[in-house]
Amino acid sequence: MYEEKGYLELEELKERIPSKERLKKGPVAIIECIQEIPCNPCQSACNRGAIKEFKKIVDLPLIDFEKCNGCGVCIAQCPGLAIFVVWEDYSDNNALVKIPYEFIPLPEVGKEYDVLNRKGEIVGTGEVIKIQSLKTNSKTKIIWIKVPKELCMEVRNIRVVDEE
Amino acid sequence: MIKETDVVIIGGGPAGLSAALALGQTDLKVLLLERDPFLGGQLVKQTHMFFGSREEYAGVRGFEIGNLLSESVKKFNNMEISLNTTACGYYNEEDMLLAVHNDEELIRIKFKKVIVATGASERALLFENNDLPGIYGAGAVQTLMNLYGVLPGKEVVMVGSGNIGLIISYQLVQAGAKVKAIVEAAPKVGGYFVHAAKVSRLGIPIYTKTTVKTAFGKDELEGVELISLDKDWNEIQGTERRIDCDTLCLAVGLSPLTELLWQFGCKMRYIPELGGHIPIRDGNLMTTNKDVYIAGDVASIEEATSAMLEGTIAAVSASESLNCASAELLELRDKAFKKLFDLRNGPTGEKILSGIKKLEEE
Amino acid sequence: MRIKNHPILEFNKGNKITFFLDGKEIEGYDDEPIAVSLYANGIKTLSYSLKYHKPRGLFCCIGNCSSCLMKVNGEPNVRTCVKRARQGMIVETDRLVKND
Repeated sequence: MYEEKGYLELEELKERIPSKERLKKGPVAIIECIQEIPCNPCQSACNRGAIKEFKKIVDLPLIDFEKCNGCGVCIAQCPGLAIFVVWEDYSDNNALVKIPYEFIPLPEVGKEYDVLNRKGEIVGTGEVIKIQSLKTNSKTKIIWIKVPKELCMEVRNIRVVDEE
Repeated sequence: MIKETDVVIIGGGPAGLSAALALGQTDLKVLLLERDPFLGGQLVKQTHMFFGSREEYAGVRGFEIGNLLSESVKKFNNMEISLNTTACGYYNEEDMLLAVHNDEELIRIKFKKVIVATGASERALLFENNDLPGIYGAGAVQTLMNLYGVLPGKEVVMVGSGNIGLIISYQLVQAGAKVKAIVEAAPKVGGYFVHAAKVSRLGIPIYTKTTVKTAFGKDELEGVELISLDKDWNEIQGTERRIDCDTLCLAVGLSPLTELLWQFGCKMRYIPELGGHIPIRDGNLMTTNKDVYIAGDVASIEEATSAMLEGTIAAVSASESLNCASAELLELRDKAFKKLFDLRNGPTGEKILSGIKKLEEE
Repeated sequence: MRIKNHPILEFNKGNKITFFLDGKEIEGYDDEPIAVSLYANGIKTLSYSLKYHKPRGLFCCIGNCSSCLMKVNGEPNVRTCVKRARQGMIVETDRLVKND
């Protein structure tokens, strides 16, 4: 149970995960926020209105997966850093995962790094495709990582070793 | 020297600053006292984005909120801000508040109403050698690294998985330290799940049902011995294990800094859900001393957002009692009441609400 | 240890100063507390306890707990976690009884 462990198992995300059909259509955002806490800035974070309006401030965020185009603008606006974008069919063998990142040193585009799951275990390696720094919040970077397709619902972090 | 004012606000953190922002919109003479050389209170150390609602700065980093509020209060003409000033006593016979400025100048303050927004201090944990250098309240580590840019150590064990323990563990990694474990005595993680998720995906293990039994080190901390707890919070012999570390952070709760309130003669009550001994107050945050109002952590251990809303409520109520609250201010207070209700209206607000309910019981 | 780079914060320190700890010269900044300068220099022991002479360092670092008390320019019991360092200040570990 996530309250005892401090991380989610995939099954605990349930309806927050888009359908298999939607995952194949293109990039889509997934908000891994499953606890009723008083927090609502995500509802105004999407330019396309894909994050449904809250009735109460403690409501859980819900994404309209058809409206969502996976642009990732919401990623840097979630105070809990709980939003990720997954693009399952990025290429034949690979998926793309976009994660929020607030550490230095930043990874380098084009290089391979260890990628980690929600528990912090290394599950493979991934290549950094892009690093975005958005005006709404430039200190929370958005890192695009190319990972083996089967890891797209597992990878939620990257490990950059400080060479110093 | 003697200062005369209408309302004195003790504490320049989120609660005190919000009170000042409301009082700035009146014709009252206001004096804001802050013991630090800067305004902002705990906000100055917070590097993470705040939760809550957009109107209450959700998505803005804590230290930026501190800057915004501090700059705003300086604009009011009726506001005197006295930094490096510690309010240190209230003398009933003279009806005077005593404060010390710059460690040397004594100021006697005559006032009509006072808003106490002094916040809270960190609790310690009892275990062998808990006084070794290298063992800190978690806030101390946050002050060192986020305010002064000094890392006190490299290998850290965090005790406490409430929001403070989880957030500071994350900030320690941002500052370049290694957090080897988060230790939590309860069977569940105490803070918001999303904070726990952030540290879990960094590979930091959270050991629930675990506490610190002993600390080791000759002149400074070198390691700690952890032990598991059973369902009755008793230590389970044989489960001791050692982790080497040079820094131990205790994030085990806060206690309201209520000394001045005792001196003001406010009736106090012990309510664990609100943080310990806190003053009895009415819905407008007025204590049993009708000239004394409270706001923020000194009223109940909660968060910066509720502190800001309480600061507004206390300030408007104090103004109202002096017949200086405009219709706009009264509306501001109504809005603050509604927002505070919404904030607490979920599973994470249950503890505070049950504590407040106990306050109202005779 | 001073943090050189940080993903969120920038540290704009004040003016560099030097002061003395038990006769030894220490480098610090004029906008940080004495104890912070000491910790930045790797010095974590600020005093010794009265009865058992156990080493004491920072605990709360915000002026509440009394763990950081030292003698500053002859004045005893100064909270070094909030008192700013000044050029030439004389800081002493109070109760110079050390466990040898």
